[in-house]
Amino acid sequence: MEQGDCLTVILGLEVRGEDRDSSVASLSHNDSQDHRQACYSAVCLRGVPTIIITADISEWRTRFKIGKERRYGGYSLLRSLHSYLQASMAVEAGMDCLQGIEKQSVDALYFASTTPPFKEKQSASIVAAGLDLREDIIAADFGNSLRSGTIALRAALDAVKAGSAKQVLIIVSDCRPPAPNSAFEPLFGDGAAAFLIGADGVVAEIAASYYLTSEFIDIWRLECDLLPRTWEERFTLDEGYEPHMKKAVAALLKANGATAKDFSKAAFYAPNARSHGTMARSLGLDAKTQVQDPLFDSVGNTGAAFALMTLVGALEEAKPGDQILLGNYGDGADAHIIKVALGIETLKDRRGIKKHLESKVMLENYGKYLKFKNLIQFEETPMTRPRTSLPAMWRDRNWQYRCHGHKCNSCGKVQFPFQKRCMYCQAEEKFLEEVPLSDRKGVLFTYSMDERAAVVDPPNVLAAVNLNGGGRMFSQMTDRDVNNIKVGMPMELTFRKIHDALGVHNYSWKCRPARV
Amino acid sequence: MAEPIKDKVAIVGMGCTKFGERWDADIKDMIAEAVYEALEDAGVELKDMEAVWLGAQWGSQVVEGGVVTGTLLSSTLQTQYIPVTRVENACGTGAESLRGATFALAAKGYDLVLVVGVEKVKDMGFGGLPSVWIGRWEPVYGAFGSGPGRYAMAATAYFAKYGLSNEEGKRILAEISVKSHYYGARNPKAHLRREVTIEQVINAPMIAWPLGLFDCCGVTDGASAAVLCRTEDAKKFRDDYVTIKAFGMSASPGWGKEREDYDFTYWDATQAAARAAYAEAGIKNPRQELDMVELHDCFTIAELIASESLFLCDQGKFKEQMADKRAYYHNGEMPVNVSGGLKSFGHPIGASGCREVYEIYKQIQKKAEEPSRQIENVQLGLAHNQGGHPGKFVCGVTIVGTP
Repeated sequence: MEQGDCLTVILGLEVRGEDRDSSVASLSHNDSQDHRQACYSAVCLRGVPTIIITADISEWRTRFKIGKERRYGGYSLLRSLHSYLQASMAVEAGMDCLQGIEKQSVDALYFASTTPPFKEKQSASIVAAGLDLREDIIAADFGNSLRSGTIALRAALDAVKAGSAKQVLIIVSDCRPPAPNSAFEPLFGDGAAAFLIGADGVVAEIAASYYLTSEFIDIWRLECDLLPRTWEERFTLDEGYEPHMKKAVAALLKANGATAKDFSKAAFYAPNARSHGTMARSLGLDAKTQVQDPLFDSVGNTGAAFALMTLVGALEEAKPGDQILLGNYGDGADAHIIKVALGIETLKDRRGIKKHLESKVMLENYGKYLKFKNLIQFEETPMTRPRTSLPAMWRDRNWQYRCHGHKCNSCGKVQFPFQKRCMYCQAEEKFLEEVPLSDRKGVLFTYSMDERAAVVDPPNVLAAVNLNGGGRMFSQMTDRDVNNIKVGMPMELTFRKIHDALGVHNYSWKCRPARV
Repeated sequence: MAEPIKDKVAIVGMGCTKFGERWDADIKDMIAEAVYEALEDAGVELKDMEAVWLGAQWGSQVVEGGVVTGTLLSSTLQTQYIPVTRVENACGTGAESLRGATFALAAKGYDLVLVVGVEKVKDMGFGGLPSVWIGRWEPVYGAFGSGPGRYAMAATAYFAKYGLSNEEGKRILAEISVKSHYYGARNPKAHLRREVTIEQVINAPMIAWPLGLFDCCGVTDGASAAVLCRTEDAKKFRDDYVTIKAFGMSASPGWGKEREDYDFTYWDATQAAARAAYAEAGIKNPRQELDMVELHDCFTIAELIASESLFLCDQGKFKEQMADKRAYYHNGEMPVNVSGGLKSFGHPIGASGCREVYEIYKQIQKKAEEPSRQIENVQLGLAHNQGGHPGKFVCGVTIVGTP
């Protein structure tokens, strides 16, 4: 069967059912049981599900249980430079997802976040460059809604169905800053998840979906707001989360003749742990066996990334034939039946939720957390501030963003950054060929820890890393425990913001001790 | 056909300001202070100068708002339309200034010239050196890489290569620091004038691990100056003049820290400059033939590695051949930095190269400011001056001696 055919059919499956009040469900209706079976194996979450949880930010919570007092305020004192990690987490999740998959095969990148690093200027393009994807792809930002991830998921399915793309990478990444000392503070976490949507190598099928759109206002930020605002929780739960989520799930189940018993796991959004438990009971799920860990204790509420990260967690434990219920909430709700396919068995070596949690690093103190989140103002230093040059960054994009190095075709040596002549044999530039280096692991050759550098997280660890397969990367080391850095330790590369200079986020690559 | 420079040019006068945090003096005060001392030492007047080489890396950029010209000197001293060449080669500026003047004299372009090195950094309002980012070639690569941070990578690599624990490595470095402070305390013009103990050095606050506070030179204001002429004219000015024996000047290709085959435990530019200088001066065994060395010890690890890369001791044998034997003290086998060095005498960037030669010049004349650090009978000395960071250095090796 041609891909186009089968995808057309799938479309019908997704939107079929009585409750077609979803604004997204304006798709053609082509219901056929046979076709459904045929195409279940066609559209899938492939490669997948991987998430990255930033060690830096999200996990301070487990050590510092704060936030008993519920107090809001101080918005205007805070600077709005908080949102720098989403792009890094997104690239991280994307790299994990694309392991063993040819990057050139990705035809589109959809990036979803309520906290994109730029208000005007696309974020997906930065993530695409960090991931070293092809230039002739469509990249799009999905934003504003806690459901932006599952909305992007639908758009990706549609694109694949329509044949405009064979494989679409969707990455959801969120980094919402809670007000210090607010109820959100101990609750929020940051995270990202990535899924490759395509028709080959099925890992899991999105068998059916139901989307519901609502103008209900639950949590919001105005154009000028750094921190989220919300209404009284009794209202947002009673009239918002609970009825919307229940309605979406009920409609989905009804349309597909399914019941709660049909699912091995349910992965769904909830504002907090208590409402998550309540929802599980309302849906008729067995808390012990059917509810996927929503990561409140280990990561927190990761906003737009929450539901899809939980799905990743469920897929990590899943076996072929399992059915997973996925539910998301925000400006309405959506629910999905995910059927786990044979491909899950060959999906290995990804970090996903488990390995990222295993290798998480705790922040030393609350002050550091505030600093990372840019929620506190520190003493101004008269020291010369970093500057940037957009022309220079643009000229250097292939090595700064894409982490390409040069391979000398005269002597064979790999080198970074780009050279005018081979740094080993002095061969002319025409012998130098671009090679991607971001996937390379390496070992730490030497390092130092500068306590005086004007960086966000002193000491500034400078490192020289010898890459496996050739090349040496000189860069800052991040995500490190300063008491456990050793010459010879295994290292890897990570896409990070280097600094904000002249009002621009400036990204490039750092190294870090290999996770896991 | 190029000719050796050996003994063609003489230094007939030198001056050096008090180094330190010169709250009392601006860059012009220090230029005047050093130049007047040098002129007086040579017995000449400013109007006798035919050309000037002025070395300054940061000074005038901070003081003069980025205008980098020779008028910094001409407007200070009111020289009247003679050439003032502005020289900039980072911390290696001083050696480069002397070299320019020397070759101009050898080419018989002038008869009597002035070299000045100066830096004023303590008006900035913060510790450390300024970063001038405007027009920087690359906005994020190597961002936040500081001098201490980059040199400390060499210390880590040295410890790892020779199997030294952090404690063992830091102890070797601490001994260097103790020596530097010992001589700083005995040099009235030095910046840091207090002796320290091994324990103080080891337990000092960390600057850039593994380098602590006393492993790093201070940030210093100061100036130094020299009056030079061709050797055949030197007798007109003084009998105890000093001649230039050799210059070794080398700019490394600069990608050491990015090259897999560079291990950070030697200074390649220093080795190249030293080899060239030794060949020109006819030196076969530097440890035996050199009576003193002033080398570029902006950090203790820099003294350790420069000692090896100048071939004063064998590679990897600094501890045994220099430290354990106290060979590097003024009464030892191979005196190094008995001025206090950059570490304790101070390191005003553009002034250091010329200041190192000043120390050798004074030692040869038996005029060390404090007799307790006078080396007996200095005939030949080496000044080592480098700019940049490990893997990316320019280096000047200047050998001077009795005629």
